[in-house]
Amino acid sequence: MSIMKKILTTSAIASIILGASAASANTLKFAFQGDAQSLDPHGLNETFTLGFLSNVYEGLTMLDKDLKVIPGLATSWEVTSPTSIVFKLRPGVKFHNGNTFNADDVIFSWKRSLSEGSDQKVRGAMVKNIVKVDDLTIEVQTEGPQPLMPSEWAWIFIMDKEWSEANGAGNAANVKEENANGYTLNHANGTGPFEIVSRQPDVKTVFKRSSNHWNTIDSNITDIIFTPVKQAATRTAALISGELDMVYPIPVQDWKRLDSETGVSAIRGPEARTIFLGMDQSRDELLYSNIKGKNPLKDLRVRKAMAHALNLDLIKKKIMRGASTPTGLMIAPQVNGFNADYNTPYKYDPALSKQLLTEAGYADGFEITIDCPNNRYVNDEKICQAAASMMAKVGIKMKVLAQPKSKYFGKVLAQNNYDTSMYLLGWTPGSMDVHNVLLGLLSCQNKETKAGLFNLGNFCNQRVDELQKMVGVETDPGKRQAYIDEAMQIIKDQVAYLPLHQQPLSWGVSDKFSVNQRADNAFDFRYVSKTQ
Amino acid sequence: MFSFLVKRLLQSIVVLIAVALIAFSLFKFVGDPINNMVGQDTTLDEREALRERLGLNDPFHIQFYHFISNAAVGDFGISYRHKVPVSDLIAERAPATLELSIISALLSVIIGIPMGVYTAIHRSGFISRSFMGLSLVGISLPTFLIGILFIFLFGVILRWLPTFGRGEVVAIGWWTTGLLTWSGIKSLILPSITLALFQMTLIMRLVRTEMLEVLCTDYIKFARARGLKENAVNFGHALKNTLIPVITIIGLQLGLVMAFAIITETVFQWPGMGMLFIQSIEEVDVPVMAAYLMMISLIFVGINLLVDILYAYVDPRLTIDGGAKHG
Repeated sequence: MSIMKKILTTSAIASIILGASAASANTLKFAFQGDAQSLDPHGLNETFTLGFLSNVYEGLTMLDKDLKVIPGLATSWEVTSPTSIVFKLRPGVKFHNGNTFNADDVIFSWKRSLSEGSDQKVRGAMVKNIVKVDDLTIEVQTEGPQPLMPSEWAWIFIMDKEWSEANGAGNAANVKEENANGYTLNHANGTGPFEIVSRQPDVKTVFKRSSNHWNTIDSNITDIIFTPVKQAATRTAALISGELDMVYPIPVQDWKRLDSETGVSAIRGPEARTIFLGMDQSRDELLYSNIKGKNPLKDLRVRKAMAHALNLDLIKKKIMRGASTPTGLMIAPQVNGFNADYNTPYKYDPALSKQLLTEAGYADGFEITIDCPNNRYVNDEKICQAAASMMAKVGIKMKVLAQPKSKYFGKVLAQNNYDTSMYLLGWTPGSMDVHNVLLGLLSCQNKETKAGLFNLGNFCNQRVDELQKMVGVETDPGKRQAYIDEAMQIIKDQVAYLPLHQQPLSWGVSDKFSVNQRADNAFDFRYVSKTQ
Repeated sequence: MFSFLVKRLLQSIVVLIAVALIAFSLFKFVGDPINNMVGQDTTLDEREALRERLGLNDPFHIQFYHFISNAAVGDFGISYRHKVPVSDLIAERAPATLELSIISALLSVIIGIPMGVYTAIHRSGFISRSFMGLSLVGISLPTFLIGILFIFLFGVILRWLPTFGRGEVVAIGWWTTGLLTWSGIKSLILPSITLALFQMTLIMRLVRTEMLEVLCTDYIKFARARGLKENAVNFGHALKNTLIPVITIIGLQLGLVMAFAIITETVFQWPGMGMLFIQSIEEVDVPVMAAYLMMISLIFVGINLLVDILYAYVDPRLTIDGGAKHG
C-alpha cells in the first residue's frame, strides 16, 4: 500500500469514526473475545467469523433464531432429479451498493468458494455445476443426491459479481498473494440487514442498518459498534460500567458477579456444541499407556467401564456451575436428527466399571494420557482433571496433558497422524444436521473419501459407515430417522465415544437490550432490540 | 571513532541475527499455524496444500534463510491471520504503542524525579515514608493486577474513566493520535499510569539514592558553607549531578517500557503492537511474531548503540578501542 493511499484510507476511517459518534438513534456496542478473521465471506469456515458476517451477507438459505433452515436469497427450491435441485431466487433484492441480485451472482459466488484462498471448498464442492435458467432461476447439478446442500449453503454467502470483479476480488482473499485481492478483507457488500461502515481489524468494526434490505426484521437497532476485547475481566468490567451493551463469552465464574449488579444480566443457554472424550480404538498398542503389546481401548468392556466411571452430574454441578446439559448422544437437541430416546447418558456406576475392568483383565487398572485443550471450550482443562479423578476411583490412572488449542490441535489432528490415546473434543455440526457428525466423527477414517477426518481414535463400524451413506442421500424423513436411530444405537452399544455434555453459552447483556441467544453462538443482529 | 562505530555496528548485526535465530527456532513450539487459518471441516489435502504454499514444509535452514534475506530488505511477509503485509500492520499499530510508551515515560520522569528529590531531602518525613511505601507497591505488584484494580476502581466503581480501548482517534497522515480528543485523553490515563508505575518507582528510588550520595559530598558542604540558599544547593548543584546516571537509565528503560506495554495493552485492549503480538502468538501468526521480536531487538540494540556513542563522547577517559565497558 502506498503512503498516499494509506493516508487517504486512515483519514477516511477517522472521519467516519468521528461522524458515527455524532449519530444518535439506537446504537448497540458489543464485544467478543476476538475479531472476525476478515470480512471475506469465503475466507474462514468458523462460527464467529461466519456468524458475524451473516448480518452483512446472506446465503440462498438462512438459519432462523432456532437454527431451522428458512428461505434466504432463494424463495423456494425443489429436487427435480437425484442430481439436480432447482432454486427460485428472490426478486427485488439489492446489494448494499444498489446492484441487483441475480443468478449470475450465485454462480460467481459458488465459483469463488472453490478458489485457492477459500475455506468453503467443502461446501462449494457439493455442487458440480450451476446452470442459469433465467435471471431468477438456477439449476444446481450434483454428482449424486445431495439433500443437505440447501442447508449447508446457508453458509455460502452470495457476493455481488460486478462489485467483486471491479475491486479485484474475484477470488477469495489469499494469504500468499500480496494485496492482489485484499479488498474484501476490510470491505463488504452483501444483501444483509446491516452494512459495514468501517473496519479496523482487531480494533473496531462499525455497522449501520441497511436502507434497502428486502426483509422486515424485528430489530430496532440502527448502528452497531463492535470491538474485540480479549481479557475476560476487562470485558466484564466494560459491560458493568455501561461502556458496552453486550459482551461474550462471560466466564461461568463471573455469573454471580453479573447477577449481583443491577442493569446487566448473564444470559446462559445450552450451546449446540457437544463435548466428549474420544479413545484410540485402532492402534494395536496405545501411544501413551503403560500397557504394552495390546490396546485396552479395543476391548468393549474397558470402554464400557470408562463410560460408567464418569459422573456427568458431578461435572455439571461442580465445574459447569449447573449450566451444562449432560448428554448420551453425540449431537445436541438443536441438531436435525436428534432423538431424545437415545439421549440417556451411561449410568454412573463405579462398581460396574471395576467389575468390567476385572473381566477384561485389568483388575489393577492401567495408565493412560488424555490430551486436552486449555483455551478452547468452557472449562476444558478442568473437565479433563475431573474425568481423571473419576477414572482414578475405578483404578484407571489418567494423566492430563492440557495445552493451548494451537498446540493441542497440532498434536491430535490428522496432519500429525492422530498422535493421541485419549482426548477431549467439542463439536457443533456446521450444517446443524446429524450427517456431518456421522461423516466426520463416526465413519471409519478414509483418506480417499475424506470420511472420519475428525474420528481421531478411528472408531470403525461397517454398518455405521453404510448408514452414514444412506442418511446422506435419503430424502424421506421417516426412513432417514430410522437409519439415524440405528446408527446411534450401535454407537451407544459399542461405546464409540464418551459424550459428556452440551456446554453452556454465556453472554452478558445490558437490561436495555433484548437478544436472541442462538445455540450455535452466532450473534444475529436481526433479533436484537433496544427495549428501554 | 570510526573503527569503534564499525565494530559496534557489526556486533549489533550479530545480536540481531542471533535473536532471529532463537526466535525462529522457538516458533515450532507454538503450534501449527494451519489450524488457525482454516475451519474444522477443511480437508487434509487442502491443509497440506496450504502448508506447502506457505513454505512450512521446507527444512528449517531454508525457512530461516528466506526469512533473513527478506527481513534484511524490510520485507516481513504477509500475516497469516490478517492476510496483509506485516509491515503495514505494524505501521498501523505503532502509533498506539508509541503514544502510550512516550506518555508513560514522561509521566515516570515528571513524577518520579520530584518524588525522588523530595524523599532525599526530607528523609524521614511522613510524606517521604508514604512515597517509599507506595513505591514498594509499584515495584512488587504485577502490572496485570494493577491494571485490573484500576479498571475496577476508576472504571466500574467510580465510572470516571473508560475501561478499555483508545477512545476516538484523529488521523494525521499515517499517524493516529488520541491526544486530540477528550475521549482519547481519558482513555490514555489508566493505561499510561499502569505502564508508568514501575518505571516511576524505579526512577524515584534511583534519584533518591544518587541524591543522598551527592548531598554528602564535599562540594555540597562547600556550597552550603558559602551560604547559598537551600534551593540553590539542592536543585542547582545536587540535582544536576544526580541526573547523569538517571538519564542513562531512562534511555535504556524506554525500550523496556515498549516491551512491557504488552501486558498493559492486553489488559486495556489497547490496539498497539503488544496486543498484536499477543494475538499473533495465540493464532500462531509466525510472520508477525518474527517481525515484532526483530523490531523490539532492533530498538534495544539501537538504544544501546546510541548510549555507547554518547558515553564515548561524554567521557573522554573511556578508550575507544575496546576499553569501554558499559550498557
